[in-house]
Amino acid sequence: MSTRRDWLAGAAAITGYSLLPMLLPMPLSATPADVQKAMREAFGDSPISTGRVALTLPALAENGNSVRLSVAVDSPMTEEDHVEFVQLFAEANPLPDIARFELNALGGRAEIETRIRLAAEQRVVAVAGMNDGSLWSGSASIVVTIAACLEGLI
Amino acid sequence: MPKARISAPPTAKPGEIISIRTLISHPMESGFRRDSSGAQIPRNILTEFVCLYNGRQAFRAELHPAIAANPFLAFHLRADVSGTLEFRWTDQRGEVTTETRDLVVEP
Repeated sequence: MSTRRDWLAGAAAITGYSLLPMLLPMPLSATPADVQKAMREAFGDSPISTGRVALTLPALAENGNSVRLSVAVDSPMTEEDHVEFVQLFAEANPLPDIARFELNALGGRAEIETRIRLAAEQRVVAVAGMNDGSLWSGSASIVVTIAACLEGLI
Repeated sequence: MPKARISAPPTAKPGEIISIRTLISHPMESGFRRDSSGAQIPRNILTEFVCLYNGRQAFRAELHPAIAANPFLAFHLRADVSGTLEFRWTDQRGEVTTETRDLVVEP
């Protein structure tokens, strides 16, 4: 027969067990400084101008597990003048990298859409590299109600 | 084998810019989640997507764990000649899923 004491001990064990994942150190989230570092690794010291890149995110995402993102770069996408890549960075995810897209004149239009995960309210940055070597960036900020990466803990 | 869905027009006019939308079933397990016993769930993600237009690379994406489960990618192509669109997803172990679509280009 189980006594109240056994029951309490059992409850404590279960609670402790289920709380365990929360107490384990989570990977530190990326910071704006990590994004700067990731950008330096990707682009060296090349200057990045602001403009030509339109990054669209909803202002508010109820669920950070799937957030629609679209990025459009102002470019004629011809053989002579086109976007070579677009790289996306998150300032408050566990890792700064989101994706890198490679484009060329076959694309015709530099407009990409995808769905991403966001761990917290943050800014997302897109950097586009043109075939003339210039780099351009645009960003968008978003409020996330339910963060991605945490559902395993609940 | 992950199941892929592709939306691409079967025909286009020369020079027309067509919109391609792709979706593939895949958990994109980030490697940051833990199961109920606290053990880390290992990372299992697709790392690359490529679209080839008659063998020429038209679009490529490098994917990280921040891409949502069942990766969705939409992009564009300028139709110039009839041929085959090949879509190829590669996971972190190098396993490849391929889909093809025919594109007829006529005025």
